Amino acid sequence: MQIVVKDLNFTYSAKTPFERQALKGVNLTINEGDFLGIIGHTGSGKSTFIMHLNGLFKLQSGEIDVFDIKLVPDKKKKSDLRRLRGTVGMVFQYPEYQLFEDTVEKDVAFGPKNMGLDAEEVSRRVKRAIELVGLDYEDIKDRAPFELSGGQKRRVAIAGIIAMQPKVLILDEPTAGLDPYGKEQILSLITHLKKECSPTVIVISHDVDEITRFANRIVVFNDGKVMFDLPMNELFRHADELHAVGLEIPKAVKIAQKLRERGVELEGDIVSLNDLLHAIVVAYNKKHMDKTVDENLNFSAFEFDKEISGTDGEDKR
Amino acid sequence: MRDVSFGQYYPTGSIVHRLDPRAKVIFSIIFMVTIFFVVSYVGYAVVALFLATVCLISKIPIKNVLKSVKAILFIMLFTAIINIFFYDSGKVLVEWWVIKITLGGIDFAIKMALRISLLVMGTSLLSFTTTPMELTDAIESLLKPLKYIKVPVHDIALIMSIALRFIPGLMDETDKIMMAQKARGAEIDTGGLVKKVKAMLPVLIPLFVSAIRRADELADALDARCYNATEHRTKMKLLKLSLKDLAAFLFVAVFATLIFLDKYLLGGADSYIVQFFKGIVG
Repeated sequence: MQIVVKDLNFTYSAKTPFERQALKGVNLTINEGDFLGIIGHTGSGKSTFIMHLNGLFKLQSGEIDVFDIKLVPDKKKKSDLRRLRGTVGMVFQYPEYQLFEDTVEKDVAFGPKNMGLDAEEVSRRVKRAIELVGLDYEDIKDRAPFELSGGQKRRVAIAGIIAMQPKVLILDEPTAGLDPYGKEQILSLITHLKKECSPTVIVISHDVDEITRFANRIVVFNDGKVMFDLPMNELFRHADELHAVGLEIPKAVKIAQKLRERGVELEGDIVSLNDLLHAIVVAYNKKHMDKTVDENLNFSAFEFDKEISGTDGEDKR
Repeated sequence: MRDVSFGQYYPTGSIVHRLDPRAKVIFSIIFMVTIFFVVSYVGYAVVALFLATVCLISKIPIKNVLKSVKAILFIMLFTAIINIFFYDSGKVLVEWWVIKITLGGIDFAIKMALRISLLVMGTSLLSFTTTPMELTDAIESLLKPLKYIKVPVHDIALIMSIALRFIPGLMDETDKIMMAQKARGAEIDTGGLVKKVKAMLPVLIPLFVSAIRRADELADALDARCYNATEHRTKMKLLKLSLKDLAAFLFVAVFATLIFLDKYLLGGADSYIVQFFKGIVG
C-alpha cells in the first residue's frame, strides 16, 4: 500500500491578478509505515500538497493514488471522497479552532458519524480515541470543549480525527503555539498514535529540531517543488543548500559542524542531540585511550556555551 | 468563497486607480444620482458608454464588471417581472385576471433593469479601483464637516476600517474551518436547504468563536498602545487632489450634463430617433 503522487500542479486564483502557482510538478511516493517529515518555507507549497492528499482541493493536473483510492482531474469520474477522508486523517494547524459541539463526546463523534457508522460503533470509537490521546473518557466526555485548557483542546481535536481510524495521519504544525511541556506531550502522543492507530504519519513542521526526533524520512519543499527527499541522516549533509533556501538546520548538526571545524573527529551522521552526545563520548574515549591530549579540545566551557547560545539566537530570528 | 466579485480590489495601477479616493467617492455619488435622471434608451447608451470608457482606462476586464451584476440578478429579474405584470400604462397587450401587460410596463421594466444593473456596475468600478483602506480614508475626510455637530467621525471611520480589515481574515478563517470540517467528512455543499443550514453549524460556531476572540485581542492591543480615537491624529498618507482629479471631474461632468440635457432639454432623445426613422420610412 502506497500513496503515489504524480506530476501534481496547483494554481491559486487562476486567471486573476492574484494568480499564484503553489505546486509545480510534484512527484512523491509515500510508503505504508513511513514517518515522514515535511519542511519548507511559508509559501513553499507544503500545506497545499498535504491538503491534496485528503481531496480538499479539486485536482487541476496530475494524479494522486492514496491506498488505491484514485484522484484524477477528470470531472466525470467521481472520486470516493468519503472513503478517502476515512483513510487519511488530517489534523490542521491549531485544530482546536474547529471544535464546535457542546460536549467533547459529541465533537469527537462528528467524524465517525459523517462516515455513516452505526451509533454503537461510533461511541466505541469515540471512547477509544479519547483514551488514545491520553484523556480520561469518563471525566471529560460531558464537558464543553471551550472550557478545557489549550493542550486539552488540541488533544480533543486530534481525538476527533483519530476516531475516524485513519490509516494515514497528517499533522500540520502540530505543536504550534504550545509551551515546551505541551510540545513534548504532543510529540510523544504522535509517536504513540503511529504505534497504536495510524501506521503512516506525515508531519509538517517549522522546527527541524523537533522533526529530527521522530521522522525517518524528510521531504523538503521549496518554491512548489520537492527539493530533497532523503532519509534523515543523509539530508543534513546538504546543510549549506538548505541554508541557502533559508531553512534552519538542527542544533546538533550545527554544533557538530563547529566541533569538526575545530578539529574534533566526530564519527557518523549526526542529526539529533543524542547522536551528538554519543559521538562526543566516542571521540573523547578514543582520545584518552591514546593518552594524547589535543590542545584544541581544551577550550573553556564558557566558549562552548557561547557557541550554543549563538546558534540559539539564530533560531529565534 | 474567493470568487465574490463584488467589492474586490483589482490592481492594475491605472490612472483611475491613482485618483484621489475622495474624488472617486464623489464621482460615484454623482454617477448614482445622475442615473436616476436617465429617461431614454439613448441616455442608457450614454451611461453604458461612460462605464465602458472608465473600464478601458482603468484596464479592468469588462467581464469582471459584468460579473458583479450576477449577485443582484435575482432582484433584477424580480423587479422586472413585477413591473411587467403590474405597471399599467400605454397600450394593453395581454389582460388576464389582475394581471395586465402593457407596452408601457415592458418599457418601464427594461429601463428599471438597465438602471439597477448599470448602477451596480458603476459602484463596483469604485471598489475595483479603490482599496478598502483608501475608501475609509476618503469617507472619513468627506465626513469631516460633521465633526462640528459632534459626530464622532474618526470613531466611525475606525470602526469601518476595522470591519473591513477583518473581512479577508474571516474569509480565510472560514476557508480553513470548512476544510477542517470537510476533512472530518462534513458534507457542506450537498443536500437540501435545511440540510445545508445544518451543515453550516460546524463552520459557523468556530467562526463566531474566533471572530469574538480576534475582536477581543484587537481591543486589548489598541488599549495597550493607549489608542485614542478622538485626539488630533495625523495620517501617514495624506490625500491630495491633483490635476488628474480635475480632468476626471470634467469627464464625469460632461457625462452628467449629457444626461441632464437629455431629460430637461430634449425630454428623452428616443422620440426624436423614432421620428427620424419614421421620416426615412415615409
